[in-house]
Amino acid sequence: MSKEHKNYLKKIRKEKIIVITFQILILVGFLIIWELLSKYKIINPFIFSSPSKVIESIINLYLNYNLIGHILTTLYETLIAFILGITLSFIIAIILYEFKTLNKIVDPYLTMLNSLPKVALGPLIIIIAGANTKSIIVMALLINLIVGIMSIYNGFNNIDKDLIKLFKTFNASRFDILFKLTIPASYKTIISSLKLNISMTLIGVIMGEFLVSKSGLGYLIIYGTQVFNLNMVMSGIVILIIISFVLYKIITYIEKKLLK
Amino acid sequence: MNKLLSVKNLNKVYYNKKDEIEAIKDISFDLYEGEFVSIVGPSGCGKSTLLNILTNMDNLTKGNIELKENLKLGYMLQSDSMLSWRKVIDNALLSLEIKKEKTEENIAYVKDLFKKYGLLEFMDKRPFELSGGMRQRVALIRTLALKPDILILDEPFSKLDYQSRLKVSDDVYKIIKEEGKTALMVTHDLAEAISISDRVIVLSDRPCTIKNIYKIKREKEGTPIENRKDKNFANYYDLIWKDLMFHE
Repeated sequence: MSKEHKNYLKKIRKEKIIVITFQILILVGFLIIWELLSKYKIINPFIFSSPSKVIESIINLYLNYNLIGHILTTLYETLIAFILGITLSFIIAIILYEFKTLNKIVDPYLTMLNSLPKVALGPLIIIIAGANTKSIIVMALLINLIVGIMSIYNGFNNIDKDLIKLFKTFNASRFDILFKLTIPASYKTIISSLKLNISMTLIGVIMGEFLVSKSGLGYLIIYGTQVFNLNMVMSGIVILIIISFVLYKIITYIEKKLLK
Repeated sequence: MNKLLSVKNLNKVYYNKKDEIEAIKDISFDLYEGEFVSIVGPSGCGKSTLLNILTNMDNLTKGNIELKENLKLGYMLQSDSMLSWRKVIDNALLSLEIKKEKTEENIAYVKDLFKKYGLLEFMDKRPFELSGGMRQRVALIRTLALKPDILILDEPFSKLDYQSRLKVSDDVYKIIKEEGKTALMVTHDLAEAISISDRVIVLSDRPCTIKNIYKIKREKEGTPIENRKDKNFANYYDLIWKDLMFHE
């Protein structure tokens, strides 16, 4: 290896170390400042809690409030809504792509549905689906479906027109074009839409839990607010941040594996 | 000579919201067995439309096309259009796969073509690992896989850089001759048309009509690159150039 190459690698490594160090510093700094501000009552410790109290509260939740159960509920709902969302968006995107006239007909309605704040439908969903897990999943689907459909559909639309022409020169059927061209060609777009979808699903699930649930992290947060236990609220948020981060990382990892 | 294809008084009119556009007006020409015919014309004059009509991908407005019985047309497009997720060999077999003619015999034929044209060792590679010229050869094999009698080529070399263009047009010419195919090619490169063809059809600006048909005479038949050195080459170039420059 030449000297220049070594220097180059060194430079990359150095940059990586700087990035990671600062990332850790920011996190630790934030926690310390939060703790100190709260301890010396510069911020109201009752409202803003503090890292030590959050940890205490998490332990308490774990011991007395079945924290793991709540986490699992949220994860379970997220997983179901995520898988359903991906499958349905895929199927609907194919239908919209294959039937252009239908697409033109429903276009304004999709736009309307997309711009409507889905949470406004919450009460309606509860009445229709009942105050149970079903409502939560419907809520999450409402949020992740539109985004999923649009991103997969755009993937279909961006397929090289020359490739479509090539298939047509062989008199390919629509079925052949769909399965031998459209779907394999948008594999990457579909995989990348997973990342967006998981975040959307989590938003929907928490929103749903705010509205109806008897368990789950969203429920913990709402319950904490109602009994004015803000340590519990803060703990819920912290756990949620960790979960969404981990889920995102898992999807990124899967994406990398699949795109190899 | 054996007449394979005959285009008679072909007309094509397009419609859009505002008005109708006359793209092709009264075009007639014949294509004989074993011939290599090129069509040149100003860009946007409807050359590709003509090919699309011949290959049944677009319909004509008036006139007719007579194709000798049981003849098959093969269409080779401007871009090599490889499916990036398939191996090179599976790309070449795509035409057979779609036509449901992927028999042992046809697969052997395609592999044979790979071998004959120096692509055997690239069969299992992905398209991006091949040079533009190689991909163009694979695209030609993909078209040949269906054993067409007439090859229709739509600016097959225009996406290549100048050097590979000369080389690949030589290669493709050899392949077409060796497989004994008749070819009809659209191009905007006059030199390419003159050096590769037996006849050159010159089209006018829109609405596209036939301006002239030149039978290219050479002192000695050679490969397209050799033909560029022929003493008549510059003459034809001049004639066609004038045809294209001065439209009434």
